[in-house]
Amino acid sequence: MALMTGDEKHGPAATSTLDVLWVLYDRVLNVDPADPEAPGRDRFLLSKGHGPMAYYAVLTAKGFIDQELLPGFGSFDSPLGHHPDRVLLPGVEIGSGSLGHGLGLAVGMALGLRAQEIRRPRVFTLVGDAELDEGSNHEAIAYAGATGLDSLHAVVIDNVSATHGWSGGIATRFEREGWSTATVDGRDHDALEAAFTAPHHGRPHAVVAVVEPKKPTVSRPRASAR
Amino acid sequence: METMRERFIAAASELLDHDPRLAVVLADISADQFGQAAARHPGRVVNVGIREQLLIGVAGGLALAGLRPVAYTFPSFLIERPFEQVKLDLGHQDAGAVLVSSGASYDMSSMGRTHQAPGDVALLDTLGGWTIHVPGHPDEAEALLRHACAADGRVYLRLSGESNAAPHAVTPGAFTLVRRGQAGTVIAVGPMLQPVLDAVLDLDVTVLYAVTVRPFDAATLRRAVAASASTDVVLVEPYLAGTSNREVDEALLDVPHRVLGLGVGRAELRRYGTPADHAAAHGLDAASLRTRISAFLRAARSRPHRENRPRINTE
Repeated sequence: MALMTGDEKHGPAATSTLDVLWVLYDRVLNVDPADPEAPGRDRFLLSKGHGPMAYYAVLTAKGFIDQELLPGFGSFDSPLGHHPDRVLLPGVEIGSGSLGHGLGLAVGMALGLRAQEIRRPRVFTLVGDAELDEGSNHEAIAYAGATGLDSLHAVVIDNVSATHGWSGGIATRFEREGWSTATVDGRDHDALEAAFTAPHHGRPHAVVAVVEPKKPTVSRPRASAR
Repeated sequence: METMRERFIAAASELLDHDPRLAVVLADISADQFGQAAARHPGRVVNVGIREQLLIGVAGGLALAGLRPVAYTFPSFLIERPFEQVKLDLGHQDAGAVLVSSGASYDMSSMGRTHQAPGDVALLDTLGGWTIHVPGHPDEAEALLRHACAADGRVYLRLSGESNAAPHAVTPGAFTLVRRGQAGTVIAVGPMLQPVLDAVLDLDVTVLYAVTVRPFDAATLRRAVAASASTDVVLVEPYLAGTSNREVDEALLDVPHRVLGLGVGRAELRRYGTPADHAAAHGLDAASLRTRISAFLRAARSRPHRENRPRINTE
């Protein structure tokens, strides 16, 4: 991550995701940098496209990205933008940056794989707790829960950055719609792996990965205790 | 007469039987009519409920998983409401899809502005890479749907409750020469062909019929203008007036010309009534079109631009 320099202002967004991304790529996802388009691969969708330095670092460590590209991060000729672009980078499943798009795309991807009877791949998408403010997420959460889309996994990085918080907790929002959930320490690799691979037959699965709170840059009102 | 919407549902249902790549995505609208198809293909007829952002997101995800999604609802909820999903979940992902709307412009005139989207084509035109079809008859709608489903790109098929009396043998992407004249060229888009033909019955104008407006068939327009004594062009579009004026200007960049863009007015018409009422209010009924087109062409006759007109290269 240190190789990626410039004026990217989403450092906390990047560091908050680092352990989750590492555990996914190191222990959970069935992906191969030699065949990044393999039909049977697991899909990982970085919905929270802000601060992709951690994502690029993990993809580099796993052989998807040439390390020599990292210092060019954000430059005109680099495929490594401040928001990732699937068209420019093999192994990146979606372009993201505008919040609230990954879950909807992930639902469609899971439905598409199921319709083609490609049963094995799992679909993971990573969202932020503040990103959940976007209403589009809740269209996807409600639909996936109601239809028992069990190949779908949502990973919510909770660094307490949602302006008005989540009354009752983030996991409750998913549970109300029929999802299986787990809330774990987002820095504990074994706990993360166990949560990502926990059985959840017939239900989509949400893992809330709690990390250290983002330091607020301005004073924010909080609607309720979390 | 069968509507374009009814034909779409029948044709899409039949296509699902034969093309395992095809998937229909709905947001409650017409879900009942797709019930039999859904029973046959439960994995490829997806009704997300009244969730239009998800409608497009799911279409994008299906495309990324290798399917050919056909997403359908009213244009207000297909193009306007989830516009960022159209831009990002399809365009930015470089994902192909067929978006199909019914209820064009003022088809749902009695429902008011919430169910009217005359700016849909102009809005989509701010994005690159979209093919836009505007059929004028159910037969044309079916032909264009089949063509779109067999392709891979991003296609918008805009269906209307208004139809021309008879279908034309359409070629996707190409304008059709309906009649020749010397006083100017009128491009009638989709269901505007019938009122245009009624309006120019005794006017000496060329009439081109357009069912595909993006890409815009500049070559056919240039040939038509080259064969006419006048370089004046009138566009009659069943959506926001002037939506394709830029296309005409670019097609005739090297030719002094005038263009009149007729279509749905920009101001909100706070009236209910029938589609015919709204057509008249927007000056798109045959009588109004005749008056407006005649006045435009009359004004041209006092301007002797023909003498120094450059030869138009139609190669």
